[in-house]
Amino acid sequence: MYRYDEFDETIVRERIAEFRGQVARRLSGALTEDQFKPLRLMNGLYLQLHAYMLRVAIPYGTLSSRQMRRLAHIARKYDKGYGHMTTRQNIQFNWPALVDVPDILEELADVEMHAIQTSGNCIRNVTSDQYAGAAADEIEDPRPWCEIIRQWSTLHPEFSYLPRKFKIAVTASAHDRAAVRVHDIGLRLHRNAEGKTGFEVIVGGGLGRTPMIGRTIREFLPKEHLLSYLEAIMRVYNLHGRRDNIYKARIKILVHSEGAESFRRAVEDEWSGSDKAAVDPPREEIERIRRYFAPPPFEKLEPESAAFDKARAADAEFARWARVNAAPHKVPGYVIANISLKTPGAPPGDISAAQMEAVADLAERYSFDELRVTHEQNLCLPHVKKDDLYDVYRALKAAGLGAANIGLASDIVACPGLDYCDLANARSIPIAQRLAERFAFSGEEDDIGDLRIKISGCINACGHHHVGHIGVLGVDKKGEEFYQVTLGGSPGEDAALGEIVGRGLSADEVVDAVGRLVDFYKDHRREGERFLDAYRRIGLERFKEALYGDAEIH
Amino acid sequence: MATLKFTDGELAPCREDRATEITLAEWREGARPEAGRFALALPNDAALDEVAHALARFDAIILHFPTFKDGRALSQARLLRARYGFAGEIRARGEVLPDQAFFMARAGFDAFEIDCEAIESFRTALSAFSCVYQRSSDDRAPVYARRAATRAAAA
Ligand code: SF4
Repeated sequence: MYRYDEFDETIVRERIAEFRGQVARRLSGALTEDQFKPLRLMNGLYLQLHAYMLRVAIPYGTLSSRQMRRLAHIARKYDKGYGHMTTRQNIQFNWPALVDVPDILEELADVEMHAIQTSGNCIRNVTSDQYAGAAADEIEDPRPWCEIIRQWSTLHPEFSYLPRKFKIAVTASAHDRAAVRVHDIGLRLHRNAEGKTGFEVIVGGGLGRTPMIGRTIREFLPKEHLLSYLEAIMRVYNLHGRRDNIYKARIKILVHSEGAESFRRAVEDEWSGSDKAAVDPPREEIERIRRYFAPPPFEKLEPESAAFDKARAADAEFARWARVNAAPHKVPGYVIANISLKTPGAPPGDISAAQMEAVADLAERYSFDELRVTHEQNLCLPHVKKDDLYDVYRALKAAGLGAANIGLASDIVACPGLDYCDLANARSIPIAQRLAERFAFSGEEDDIGDLRIKISGCINACGHHHVGHIGVLGVDKKGEEFYQVTLGGSPGEDAALGEIVGRGLSADEVVDAVGRLVDFYKDHRREGERFLDAYRRIGLERFKEALYGDAEIH
Repeated sequence: MATLKFTDGELAPCREDRATEITLAEWREGARPEAGRFALALPNDAALDEVAHALARFDAIILHFPTFKDGRALSQARLLRARYGFAGEIRARGEVLPDQAFFMARAGFDAFEIDCEAIESFRTALSAFSCVYQRSSDDRAPVYARRAATRAAAA
């Protein structure tokens, strides 16, 4: 993992000192809420329905046990004893008092964490594959590049007052777990014909009100030029992105209105005229950062584990959990252990302080002190020996984190919705809870297989409903909560946006309606066919009939 | 309203005679200053290419912040310094607040039109950070260069 040196620490501390001054000016009335707003936003502080909300960055989703324990402490001391994991590998605290926030930030700085640029019209927390450094299908660990981007984008003098927020994601695997095609910039590390690795640069993807799949503007960018190329993109956007209409200010609108080809030319012109050597970090700095991400001292193990096989045979629940929640590791004898934060009935992504501590203990003991936060609001232990997996499972179960549903119907992504968010049209959490209970408790989840349900409380799409196999969007119909269903979305390498099926459904109707979609799939799928593939083959019309039920189709 | 200017690294009210300003529109209509001090006021959507060859005629370029949230002038200043080698004054006008001053100074601004009573908060803001991650128009070395220097000194 990356460790701060004196310079990184100084920047974070000076930022806190600056913000402490700003908070004091706000509390004394020297700053109006209007003037304070952009300043607090750039430090991750929102004003929500009931209270302030503090969003803390978990850069590229990587945490140590010490950091997780500190988050638990903050949850206890300054919040109501829990935190909420977001779809952008951040953690949110929903109840801090303004006067405490500078102290919270100091406590975070003690463990090399911050809330810088987790909000505002600037470059946000860079996200990545939660399996980085562990995935069997990875070309190289993408996290050194994420850290390089984190440092470069922090307090960037030119790109801190952009037309709109800006999100960058990086992946290095064929199987895209970072959703790079639905980010403002997506970077995919891959190998070219000469065997060199470089970035495919994808620009202009995004969800929200106008969802779009990003366009590739460069197939292969030599890695060492990453930052100068990013600067060129950012400069074109900063100068030419729309600022007259907040709904048209994201880079996707610029790419779309200019056309990807003309946008690409503008970027290439800007880049070719720029002083690359002034911006690109020197090789020794890249190497310095890369060394922090050297693989941990893996043991040489047999690929199979007798202890694991025995435990599986003896404990059917464990066998199921391991089948569903464990993912292949690149090193023989190890697995990636996913921890579901979607216990059916609980709010998706919420984790209590005690649970944070339990997970921190496991990371320390069994996973080289590393933890990851996923963009599907779960956690994972990236490097667990198969021999240890049963112990890990039992500890998770004891902490109330034993749900075996990663990638299944009850692993639902949902934004905070009307329970917390003042922009919401409808509640998301209760719908997620009812759907999860329906699928988990009926015991049909395994049979349904890979199914991604994603729920947003409004068109801002924080729950990523556009890329759910089944998406649910809260809409307002004459002051009542209604839900619109989309079908066929996917965030991965086969990225697609869901299609709107038809009229909205009430909170009472929507759970059964989604149930009918799944029943229809089960009746019509071919051998081994996923929900998404069945939908792509069969088409919207027939799923639509299923959604609304025969009686209502005319 | 005063103009604060960096002179030898110190921020102080500007005492020189104010330059005569011309706008981009006047430039387009043929205004060609020859003597005295002149400043060109550029709108945020101006293509810098258009005035590049004439930059040497001007003592100052004035860039605009219609609201403090509008960061286009930051890119314009950066381009004026890095791409066009403009060495004269770059002055910030409009909604120029202390909380943005550090970024402005780093992007290439060395003069700020602000209320006189804001001088102290500008001074504080400009010295808020002793380390930076990026190379920009100022002469602050990015931390990677300082790291390399530390390593070299230790070796
Ligand atoms: S999608 Fe809407 S309701 Fe949900 S968190 Fe985002 S803004 Fe709030």
